[in-house]
Amino acid sequence: MPGTLHAQLLDLVCGAFLLAAVVVLWLRQLASIVRAFALQGVALAGIAALLDGHDSRWELLAVAVGIGLLRAGLLPLLMRRALTAVATGPAPLAGDAGGGASGSEAGSTAGSGGRAGGTGHHYAEDVSEARETQPLVNVAASLLSAALLTLLAYAVARPLVALHPTPATRALPVGLAVVLIGFFVLVTRRRALAQVVGFLLLDNGITATAFLAASGVPLIVELGVSFDVLLAVLVLGILTTRMRAAFGGTGIDDLRELCDR
Amino acid sequence: MTTHSTTCVLLLTAPVGVPFAVAGAFALAGARRRRAAVAGTARPPRQRGAAPRRVRVGAGAVASTPGPSLPETGGSAPGPPEPAEAPGRRVPRTSGPGGDPATGILPGAPPGTPARGRRPGRTASAPPGPGPGPGPRPRRWRRVPGPGPVGQDPSGSGAAPRSGEEAGRGRIPRAVTPWLALVSPLTVLACAVALARTVTRHGPVAAYGLRADALGVWMLLTVGAVAVLACAASGPEARTARRYHALVHAFLGTLATAVLAANLGIVWIAIEATTILTAFLVGHRRTRASVEAAWKYVLICSAGIALAFLGTVLLYYAARRAGIPEASALDWPALAARAGELDPAVTRLGTGLVVLGFGAKAGLAPLHAWLPDAYGQAPAPVSALMSGVLSSVAFTALLRYKVIADAALGPGWTRTLLTATALLTLALAAALLLAQRDHQRMLAYSSMEHMSLIALGAAVGGPLAASAMLLHITGHGLAKTVAFRAAGHVLRLRDTSRIGRVRGLLAQAPGAGALFALAVLALLGLPPFGLFAAELGLVRAGFAAGMGAVMGVVLILLLVAFAALGARAARMLLGPPPLPGPPARLPVAEAVPLAGGLVLCAALGVSTGPLTGLLADAAAIVGGR
Repeated sequence: MPGTLHAQLLDLVCGAFLLAAVVVLWLRQLASIVRAFALQGVALAGIAALLDGHDSRWELLAVAVGIGLLRAGLLPLLMRRALTAVATGPAPLAGDAGGGASGSEAGSTAGSGGRAGGTGHHYAEDVSEARETQPLVNVAASLLSAALLTLLAYAVARPLVALHPTPATRALPVGLAVVLIGFFVLVTRRRALAQVVGFLLLDNGITATAFLAASGVPLIVELGVSFDVLLAVLVLGILTTRMRAAFGGTGIDDLRELCDR
Repeated sequence: MTTHSTTCVLLLTAPVGVPFAVAGAFALAGARRRRAAVAGTARPPRQRGAAPRRVRVGAGAVASTPGPSLPETGGSAPGPPEPAEAPGRRVPRTSGPGGDPATGILPGAPPGTPARGRRPGRTASAPPGPGPGPGPRPRRWRRVPGPGPVGQDPSGSGAAPRSGEEAGRGRIPRAVTPWLALVSPLTVLACAVALARTVTRHGPVAAYGLRADALGVWMLLTVGAVAVLACAASGPEARTARRYHALVHAFLGTLATAVLAANLGIVWIAIEATTILTAFLVGHRRTRASVEAAWKYVLICSAGIALAFLGTVLLYYAARRAGIPEASALDWPALAARAGELDPAVTRLGTGLVVLGFGAKAGLAPLHAWLPDAYGQAPAPVSALMSGVLSSVAFTALLRYKVIADAALGPGWTRTLLTATALLTLALAAALLLAQRDHQRMLAYSSMEHMSLIALGAAVGGPLAASAMLLHITGHGLAKTVAFRAAGHVLRLRDTSRIGRVRGLLAQAPGAGALFALAVLALLGLPPFGLFAAELGLVRAGFAAGMGAVMGVVLILLLVAFAALGARAARMLLGPPPLPGPPARLPVAEAVPLAGGLVLCAALGVSTGPLTGLLADAAAIVGGR
């Protein structure tokens, strides 16, 4: 079986999935990071579509399409909007705007930022906001860590593969590796939005693990989880704009108000 | 049996459905209000009247120390509803750190009052302080009055020219709000009581993917009781009231779901949903501190709990390989029944991740960093709910996995994991309690201390430890709720959360001070409160299970925490009042439920009474017979 075209395709897609996570580590421009994340969403949908959906082939395909729409379409879109809102300079206080889900005044930044996606070229882009300038670990070390984390994932996943060796479960360590890389991004990146991408990588990794291990969790759970993730990203997006309003930036290192003094 | 089952369906669905329905009602009212406001372009002067009114309230509150959160004592005679919010209302504010969001959504006044009549009465009643009304607010929603509305003040007192029917429709009269806010906690509590009877007599009941066993019912009872205490006579000023209530009730609904869902996937979804729902409650103030707390909260909790989902996925994989069909492979009863067939290596990995993940939400180390920040920034009732029940609901989810893991691997694995986590958490909490200078954070670290004891109870296992643990969960929930709400009063009274600046509380505010003192005594684990019985049971069970060394360490750390918490509380409570003046009174509507909570906590320490059977059944589920 491992030699068949199908298995090779699956391996290819899984490789792309892992590669996208590594590319996220390699890039610094937040916009490019979001693009890499969207590519990973496509790869994830590919994994779901390529699985041997034993008896529920069509259901799996539908899930794959849904996953693709969410993770390659909607989530990157939300991220891009948040990024525009944060990276464009302080917008003039434009009316009350569709301040968005926050229904808030702080949302005025979000609202105009969102519109600026179309029209807002007047504002000079705030370079420091759009780039991950000061990661805790530099890029070269990050890539090295990604290699180590992938090795770790393979080591940890040995009992998982041993339980039921098929082409799909043999690729399972890839999902775990992406989970670990997601955590790594979460810990080492210092821009709010980069951290959100880390969280989403983590989540992509878990979804991939679920697909590779057991052809995905039951549909109702998958739906609920996707909904939760979507809401979490929305909330984090709103918080990012509030952070920008309150701190004048989205660097996590500025968050020093609360500590045990 | 069939009539019986209809009742069961009702009892199971109501605790989940009613809170969501109430939340929907609040949200809908808010949305309609907004829509109506957008529709009516002309700004009725009345609105302007409303705005300064609120500001005056704030100002009065600041000026006269004792009674900031003006209860809405103003008349509530029925009258023409007025348009709530006009577009111009959302004035973009000059934002800055700590800037006042108040200029934003200003609510209409209490709906029912004719404008003219109210204003004078309002002004008269504004400063003096806590009134008898049912709606006083643990006040952390008040901000310093912003610049906007003040400028508009003079034009204010005009009568409402528009009756604005479309605007008025769908609004929830303010007099109703406190009672509506109690509907869902009371429903949860009542259903839990009824379910307790059914479950003790007939065993677990299930319907529509919800399932109530003794453990679930015990937790539902706790959720209901704590929610009643937290929601009684609470609610912010109307500016944010609808959003606040909508979020709090949806939060309650997700808590009930997390307790009652049979599917572990749904449990996870519900617990993650609590994070999202409470995010804006934590970050409601939009100050730097508040935004920071909300950010840490959402990110750490979501990422941590994602690990729990990974663990769930791995368990699902093991279950599918063990031949359990897809439909029931995440179903807790099915999994627990066939746990012996699961692959040990996969289950071990999965359970480890679950302990780490749900431990994050339960406030256990190592992913606990969000906890003191979030509890410190959230409004008092929300802190109470998060500390009193959310953390223990997350922990109950963990207990369900523990049952599976123990059947698959033997008790050693989870015992080691939980003991290590609990000791680490306890040591951290004790150390940080020693260094604490902020009374909100002090209570937060005390929550961590108690969660670590609860985790230890689970680690020890066996009927005695399990009963002690469940008792601990409930006792802690009750006592911590009272403590947080009393601390909310202190915060309102003194406008500071520094322990060093709060002195003479008993003299200045005898009501709130006494409640705070008693709650702290309960949290210290002194008799007669339930926590004393629980801690005693835990230590006895620990020594009996041969974990003497661990228990020794625990006792030492407990002593440290005890001394730290006691000394700090004493510093806040005793001494002469800082300002001369009449003592601030706690509104009766608020004091009675809180005192009731303390009485209940004490009663639990003496005897579990009618709950004995339920407690034994629940302990049997967790700890074996």
